[in-house]
Amino acid sequence: MRWREICGVVLAILLCTSASTARAQSPYGIGRPATAAEIAGWNIDVGHDGSNLPKGSGSVSHGREVFAQQCASCHGDNGEGGLGDRLVGGQGTIGTAKPIRTVGSYWPYAPTLFDYIRRAMPQNAPQSLSNEDVYAVSAYILNLNGLVGADATVDAKSLAAIKMPNRDKFVGDARPDVK
Amino acid sequence: MSSTIDTPDKSATTTRRRFLKGSGAVAGGVVLSAGASAAAETENLPPNIPDWMKAPGDPMGSQPYGAPSPFEKGVVKNISKNLKQYISASGRTPLQELDGIITPNGLFYERHHGGVPTIDPAQHRLMLHGLVERPLIFTMDDLRCFPSESRIHFLECSGNPGYTKPYGKTASDLVGLLSCAEWTGVSLKLVLQEAGLKPEAKWIIAEGADAAALTRSIPVEKCLEDAMLVYSQNGERLRPQQGYPLRLLLPGFEGNMNVKWLRRLHVAAEPAYSREETSKYTDLLPDGTAREFSFYMEAKSIITRPSGGQRLSAPGFHEITGIAWSGHGKIKRVEVSIDDGKSWQVAQLQEPVLTRALTRFRLPWQWDGKPAVIQSRAIDETGYVQPTLAELLAVRGENYFYHNNAIWPWRVAADGEVTNALA
Repeated sequence: MRWREICGVVLAILLCTSASTARAQSPYGIGRPATAAEIAGWNIDVGHDGSNLPKGSGSVSHGREVFAQQCASCHGDNGEGGLGDRLVGGQGTIGTAKPIRTVGSYWPYAPTLFDYIRRAMPQNAPQSLSNEDVYAVSAYILNLNGLVGADATVDAKSLAAIKMPNRDKFVGDARPDVK
Repeated sequence: MSSTIDTPDKSATTTRRRFLKGSGAVAGGVVLSAGASAAAETENLPPNIPDWMKAPGDPMGSQPYGAPSPFEKGVVKNISKNLKQYISASGRTPLQELDGIITPNGLFYERHHGGVPTIDPAQHRLMLHGLVERPLIFTMDDLRCFPSESRIHFLECSGNPGYTKPYGKTASDLVGLLSCAEWTGVSLKLVLQEAGLKPEAKWIIAEGADAAALTRSIPVEKCLEDAMLVYSQNGERLRPQQGYPLRLLLPGFEGNMNVKWLRRLHVAAEPAYSREETSKYTDLLPDGTAREFSFYMEAKSIITRPSGGQRLSAPGFHEITGIAWSGHGKIKRVEVSIDDGKSWQVAQLQEPVLTRALTRFRLPWQWDGKPAVIQSRAIDETGYVQPTLAELLAVRGENYFYHNNAIWPWRVAADGEVTNALA
């Protein structure tokens, strides 16, 4: 009996302490904790340095197959564009009067390619490709742009290591620029 | 006087006929001289008694929500019929048809990148995680438990308009990716305090629950300054097109950053460099460099009446009116020129003049019936003066694409027709 009473008192103190601590930290005490599993399921943000890229890998050759099935109808058989953006070519045009902005000519970071394809492509069924397929399509688009070889396989490490040609061309916002 | 003893059947026919005629006039664009069609039929005009006084109108409950008069059915969003596709697309507010500073919810401009999702609010969650002391998940009911606030702010798409021809014919064609509303929600600062930001928190990556999972990175300073999590617009819950049940509002920042269908806030030390903030929504300069993280919409104005597509009925008095706005704060002054920019007059500002909101301006004008070029320029509280298109092009070139806040002149011809003076 006595032991049970002590336990009860201790438990009550613990509950009060934790409740008052929560109130002190959270001014309104609104919302509930997000679990690690919930965050892992929703957090698909890939850093420009490749952080949070998933395990797995994909080859250019597999990417060619996935691209033909999932991407070519909008982006063209060779990424030349159509209903969807042009993905290939344009290197050397960005500083000219007729810039052609593509993954190869304009995008500063290769991991962003994985991030975007996984979250938003194909447009009719986003988040339907496996991570392996996303790696493979990323590899194929990079290959079409001459940034990886035809026999390449990319994963988290190799994708982050690719130096995109236009990476150093982004600058801060200098407005107001007309005064 | 025979029409005063019309049978009910004949009255109904007449009403339908008038309706069709009237709606046709509206669909054809705003015609300031409405006299021509009215003169053809006089049975509802003095000295006759109009049909709509001779029988009861629609009963209570015939429109549980309500809709504009059928005679206003031409006042709708301006959506191009020639888009490559309509999933990632935009629709414009018919600015030249509207008065005041508040955009009706049904006419608020739209831009979405993966279509408009239909979200059950009971199944919607906002996750707040990353560099916080306590990662949290909120239901919509949770968010409505926080102290609320309401503020009036404009929203403008960053590409409104581009820098190259063809330029639009109407005010809506030119700058219709612009609207203004009263927003109600909770200060983002309060919600962030609930989780507790860690000292290394510098950016917050916001993600939408749409098929684009649209992602933009926002400096934490803005999140703590005046950002809101919004659930209502002009008094009612957000429309699906505006992010129902929850959107981010970043007053003065380019539209796409005000993430709709908001489901996640990821507190980080660095920006995400997402596709939307690298390959899109960066501003390309002639030397091949591109400005990134260019958030603010600078001071801007446009005359909405008289404006492109309209026609002045006759020489004489015409009020010039339009809207001005700045992402950097309040509009301090609007100047209007009626002589192709040779001289400028200070326009009257309609109260209230609010921070990062549309401000209505007016200038009385006696049109002498001669060709004229009219235009407005905004000056905001920082002293910034809205530039000309030529001044912007000289610095930015034609491929800058976004953040075009140029003065836009209208040409008034001797017959009263108003057209784009730069087209």
